[in-house]
Amino acid sequence: MDYHSKIARHLQEIPRSGIRDFFELVIGRDDVISLGVGEPDFTTPWRIREAAISSLEKGETSYTSNLGLNSLRDKVCGYVGDFFEVHYDGATECLITVGVSEALDLALRALLNPGDEVVFHEPCYVSYSPSVAMAYGVPVSVATKKEDGFSLKPEALAEVITEKTKVLMLNFPTNPTGAVLSDEDLKGIAKLCVEHDLIVLTDEIYSELRYDGKRHLSIASLPGMRERTILLHGFSKAFAMTGFRLGFACAPQPLIEAMMKIHQYGILCAPITSQVAALEALKAGEPVYREMKDAYHERRDFLVSRLNEMGIDCHSPGGAFYVFPDISQFGLSSFEFAMKFLEAEQVAAVPGTAFGESGEGFLRCCYATGMDKLKEAMDRMERFIATL
Amino acid sequence: MKDLLELLGRNARLTNAELASQLSVTESEVADQIRAWEQDGTIRGYRAMVNPAMDGKDTVTAFIEVKVTPERGGGFDRVGKRIAKLDKVRSCFLASGGFDLLVLIEGADLMDIATFVAEKLSPIDGVVSCATHFRLKSYKENGFLFTDSENVERLPVSP
Repeated sequence: MDYHSKIARHLQEIPRSGIRDFFELVIGRDDVISLGVGEPDFTTPWRIREAAISSLEKGETSYTSNLGLNSLRDKVCGYVGDFFEVHYDGATECLITVGVSEALDLALRALLNPGDEVVFHEPCYVSYSPSVAMAYGVPVSVATKKEDGFSLKPEALAEVITEKTKVLMLNFPTNPTGAVLSDEDLKGIAKLCVEHDLIVLTDEIYSELRYDGKRHLSIASLPGMRERTILLHGFSKAFAMTGFRLGFACAPQPLIEAMMKIHQYGILCAPITSQVAALEALKAGEPVYREMKDAYHERRDFLVSRLNEMGIDCHSPGGAFYVFPDISQFGLSSFEFAMKFLEAEQVAAVPGTAFGESGEGFLRCCYATGMDKLKEAMDRMERFIATL
Repeated sequence: MKDLLELLGRNARLTNAELASQLSVTESEVADQIRAWEQDGTIRGYRAMVNPAMDGKDTVTAFIEVKVTPERGGGFDRVGKRIAKLDKVRSCFLASGGFDLLVLIEGADLMDIATFVAEKLSPIDGVVSCATHFRLKSYKENGFLFTDSENVERLPVSP
């Protein structure tokens, strides 16, 4: 069978994920200290797990409404109202999804006609460009710079907007850089979106995890933006619930309705056990993740200061749980550096290029791992760079 | 600095530097505060939470429910304080309910504890009765789980 001719052309054009390539090199090695994960090292808080267990005990094993449990949608909208200061109607403006990944895919498929351009900042989460391409859109990246703390500058955005631009994707705090946006830049970006009549997909998955002491501002809360924004968020990061696969989208009713059309046929509904767990997570609120957040904060400070002390330039990111040090001075590509580091010292950190070409010269180090391991990893890093 | 007490309560081995960085204060402020608490008795001491199943000792721990005749003026305090002073006693609480004092003691073996109850505890003036329960296993003490830690496998690299 000539499978090549059978598989959809637009899918074949999407390159293999760089992170998957690296994963296959790491897997099977023993005693690796991994700075390569994209998830909390904490187990879901017991209170949340217990709610899931008790839901199963009660026999709650059926489908839910396509949109998700009413109680969860109401609670989500209450939480979003308090946290982001944007208000949505739980009955019509909220859709519970299988993680933010599904919500993002739904939004793109609901919005794009073939050839529509989608702008996003890079380095960025691995799925953005492929998700746009799979929805027959044209991915357009804007490189963010170390000098700007990897935040998106309105001027840089203005340069890539064309007649065909339909959607802007934002993710601050950012995976993989931990970047945050200043209120001023966010307002500048919002102004451009209104001027060019763009829809904004804002991936707020790391919003709770900010360490710069500033209140997190979502673009959805700025004047004139609610009507043109799809706010995407989920439980994976702050609540340490990656395996529950639960997220949501909040947006004006016509947009939710369009996303729902795809969701109802493709997924039907998010798993009920995960929905019940998510409801409990929101009931528990900030106290349930405060300790984890404090731990990330301490580890961020440690990694940033250790890296800079050993002469590796690393900006102090405002959020998420990644640092993105500049390793370009060693004359190796990101991939070569990561490979040699892995081979020499058994430490896995992901090459910056896994998150887009503008990640060349950088390494993503995740600090969602225990302090003792971080200390050991930094000692090994120092030993490693002395050999270069 | 109230959080300092919380941090120490969870892990008293954090250095002053670590505590200071977590609380965004100076090391000397941390040191001064700890010294003040040690002096005024807010902090009574520091010890490791040892899992009795792994400490290599064959000691026996018992929880004793003690009924006491309350005294005019002092209530249960005289007896409570007297029991607390005994070396074998690890903890001693005044409790509401079916008994008055809950006493935790550690002894070398069953006989050691039986002797203690018969010769030290029961004869105390005001002690009416003792019901002794032996500890079989610890699941959690003072906030520390003694069950196996959850060792969940995570992917070494994920997006």
